[in-house]
Amino acid sequence: MNNRLLSLCLLLASLWAIAPPSHAEGTWDLDQLMQSLATTRTGHASFIEKKSIAILDKPVESSGELFYNAPDRLEKRTLKPKAESMVLDKDKLIVEQRGKKHVLSLQSYPEIAAFIDSIRGTLAGDRTALERNYKLSMVGTQQDWNLNLLPLENKMKKVLTSIDISGSDNTLKTIAIKQADGDSSVMMITTLPTPLSAP
Amino acid sequence: MIVASLFIISRSHFTADLSAFLPSNPTAEQQLLMDQLKDGLASRLILVGIEGADPATRAKLSKTIAKNLRSNQAFISVNNGEAITAELDRNYLFNHRYLLSPAVTPEHFSIDGLHTAISDSIDQIASPAGLLIKSLLPNDPTGEMLQLLDAMNAGNKPELVEGAWASRDSNTALLLLQTSAVGSDTDAQKQAMQFIQNEFEQAAKNTKASTQPTLLMTGPGVFSVVARDTIKSQVRVIFIVSTVLIALLLLAVYRSLTALLLGFLPVATGILAGIASVSLWFGVVHGITLGFGTALIGEAVDYSIYLFMQSDQTGDKEHDHKKWVQLVWPTVRLGVLTSVFGFAALLLSGFPGLAQLGLYSVAGLIAAAVMTRYVLPSLLPTDFNIRDVSNIGVKLSHYAQLTRRFRWPAVILVAASSVIVYQHHNHLWNNELAALSPVSAADQALDARLRTGMGAPDVRYVVVVSGDSQETVLSNTEKVSVALQGLVEQELLSSFDSASHYLPSLTTQQARLASLPTASELKLRLTAALKDLPVQPAVFAPFLTDVETARTKPLLQRSDLQGTSMAMAVDAMLLQQGQHWSSLIPLTAPESGNIDVAQVQAALDQAQVNNTLFVDMKAESNRLYSGYMQEAILLSLTGIIAIIVLLLFVLRSPLRVMAVIVPLVAAVLTVMAGLALFGQQLIILHLIGLLLIVAIGSNYALFFNPVIKQGITDISPRTYASLVFANVATVLGFGLLAFSSVPVLQAMGVTVAPGVILALIFSAVFARSKG
Repeated sequence: MNNRLLSLCLLLASLWAIAPPSHAEGTWDLDQLMQSLATTRTGHASFIEKKSIAILDKPVESSGELFYNAPDRLEKRTLKPKAESMVLDKDKLIVEQRGKKHVLSLQSYPEIAAFIDSIRGTLAGDRTALERNYKLSMVGTQQDWNLNLLPLENKMKKVLTSIDISGSDNTLKTIAIKQADGDSSVMMITTLPTPLSAP
Repeated sequence: MIVASLFIISRSHFTADLSAFLPSNPTAEQQLLMDQLKDGLASRLILVGIEGADPATRAKLSKTIAKNLRSNQAFISVNNGEAITAELDRNYLFNHRYLLSPAVTPEHFSIDGLHTAISDSIDQIASPAGLLIKSLLPNDPTGEMLQLLDAMNAGNKPELVEGAWASRDSNTALLLLQTSAVGSDTDAQKQAMQFIQNEFEQAAKNTKASTQPTLLMTGPGVFSVVARDTIKSQVRVIFIVSTVLIALLLLAVYRSLTALLLGFLPVATGILAGIASVSLWFGVVHGITLGFGTALIGEAVDYSIYLFMQSDQTGDKEHDHKKWVQLVWPTVRLGVLTSVFGFAALLLSGFPGLAQLGLYSVAGLIAAAVMTRYVLPSLLPTDFNIRDVSNIGVKLSHYAQLTRRFRWPAVILVAASSVIVYQHHNHLWNNELAALSPVSAADQALDARLRTGMGAPDVRYVVVVSGDSQETVLSNTEKVSVALQGLVEQELLSSFDSASHYLPSLTTQQARLASLPTASELKLRLTAALKDLPVQPAVFAPFLTDVETARTKPLLQRSDLQGTSMAMAVDAMLLQQGQHWSSLIPLTAPESGNIDVAQVQAALDQAQVNNTLFVDMKAESNRLYSGYMQEAILLSLTGIIAIIVLLLFVLRSPLRVMAVIVPLVAAVLTVMAGLALFGQQLIILHLIGLLLIVAIGSNYALFFNPVIKQGITDISPRTYASLVFANVATVLGFGLLAFSSVPVLQAMGVTVAPGVILALIFSAVFARSKG
């Protein structure tokens, strides 16, 4: 359960990466960042993710592409080392792995649902929704900002220590996730041209 | 005798489910279907819905009710999506993964096998789903647990709203309950429903929602309770109303309270004798039989009408009675005998419901007639007198003469009816077993709605494996599973469930254990397998321990499942009846639509597993019903032939027999045509109604074609009067059934009431006597 929750967090966090840039002059604060992210309608990016796991001698690396269609379709398509995909469509999470398709209903996982709502709140520029689950803090400038999310609920704290997202304007560059057990992952994101129609 | 009947009835058991309409000598497939309908897991399920109020209130009610019902012995399980058994389920799967996982083979634990499995697991850690298995890796590097979880999660489950199951549209909170009692135990089901109702009311009392929440219940047990209650209350109302109406009629005719009370004596005797004999013979009395019984008042009351109204009233009681016995009784007796012969055919039926109706009628009519002939006359007070009906009789006899002018129109009407019946002969009969169901359309719709919300469609296709022990059945089930798995991979099936998923046969468990190497051997192989992988062997110390533990633990028994949700699944799919074991394997159709029956059968044939049966429940139930229908038609025809033979024997003249039969056939044809024109598809009870038209109508026809004795050839005006009143009484008795909401009772009413009127009219129209 907790693991599922966390992997979902990872997926969703990575989706922040796909927002195309917009311009806001002058000072850059959390509200402006939110507004900027919310303007995103579609996005397409490639990613490289490195996971450091205590039991493995060296980090494992995976790579693939990310897609986002406003307001509620998100996809993480891993190409290496094994092809698989994870799609969040409305309240369904569809995982395709080794030729098998699993459909999870988010309503069956209230914590995840709460988390999703926060993400959606963020994408919609709803800071209030996000702050129901995380303590937010932002440092840096419009060109180089860093958003830190700390879980508020104990349930979440047991699996997740923090999420750090860095970016420029409304483009995300990295998502770093620290787990409570010391394992961590870093995802590096490169924006790609938006395909005419998202898959 | 009356006292004895009352005693038997007081100890009788009454039921109202469909079981009366299921065969007593079924085929193997039918037996399975019946077992499932009567006692199968499906029969014990109660699906509860909570509507109204708001989602949070509904979920809260669901949790409160579930919590309280879980401690109630009447329920084996109460499910509403709360993770009550999740922990136990997980532990069962995890602790026994090496016995349960089909991946456990000697190759899987060879150096190469371990290498492949572990590098697969490492790839998985790198994947988005990696966090799912990260914590499992040290214990389960070969991924058995993940495989088992995958298999378990295949089923459709309802969604959770506020932590409790809800329908797809989220408007209904859902609970799925399994009762301890079987579905056919209507009393226990009723009690279970009461428990649910009480808990709901208790919990709903404290809600502050703007709209009051409502409770819905459905399921086979609920159906039988509702059906029994409906039939009970309707039978009671019909019984009271028809008794009152007939009493008023008789009172108006007789103008004598004594005559009224005495007139009901044969009726009461008939009903008591009928119920008592059914109870003695079958051990259980079906509600339908009772409903039928009340209608039969209408016929039994005829006998006393014939006695009272056709007796002379010269004041010499002895003489009057003798004359009645001489002149009228032979006709009444023949009428009773024709009815009895007609219904006796039903006794041969393999379906208890029909046989009950047959026995009830035979016993009831004989008792009523015997009462009228031998007991009633001696009970008549010396000053017994009823109103002289000669005047009415004279008028009626005049009308009867007039009706003969309508012979040709009547012939045309009958001919037209024959044409209509012929035109409709393809869809005259309803071929669905469900048509017999006493469950109202509204209740069936509710059931369908809650089921859909639950994502629990009817199980239609089942493979059944039978054998003489649990072990045989389980290992044969595993062989069948291999064949079925092939179909799943070809996407001919979406999935199938089987008891052997949760409880493998001992043979299979032993084979899996034998695949596990010893601790020292496994350590060696593991080290070799990990050579070029980024994991240190030390990480897998828990794996070595777990495998060694598995090797030394006893094999899984059914009792090990206790407390898990899988226990319920195994109970549903692995059945024992004395020495006979069977395992049910329900199949789920592929997403593309239907199951290809031929392909499944071919795969099963190829697997060559003994005692395996592929059952299409729906086709089987319809086959069952059409068999039932054919038998009923055959028996009805037999009954009619028996009547004709009887008449031939007694009347000794084919012409006279014709004269009696023609009006009856005409009435039957006209009624069938009428029903067809009104778009009523005939079910089995219409057929019984048609048989009743013949049985009751034969009385009229016989009176219109009297046995010539002592030179009296014409029909007395009193006879006409008695026939009309007897007819009205019968119509009152059966006519009320036509207003019942229970399809089987309604069918009988709409057939018999117009049928007997027509039988009387046609008897007059086609009468041979010169009157």
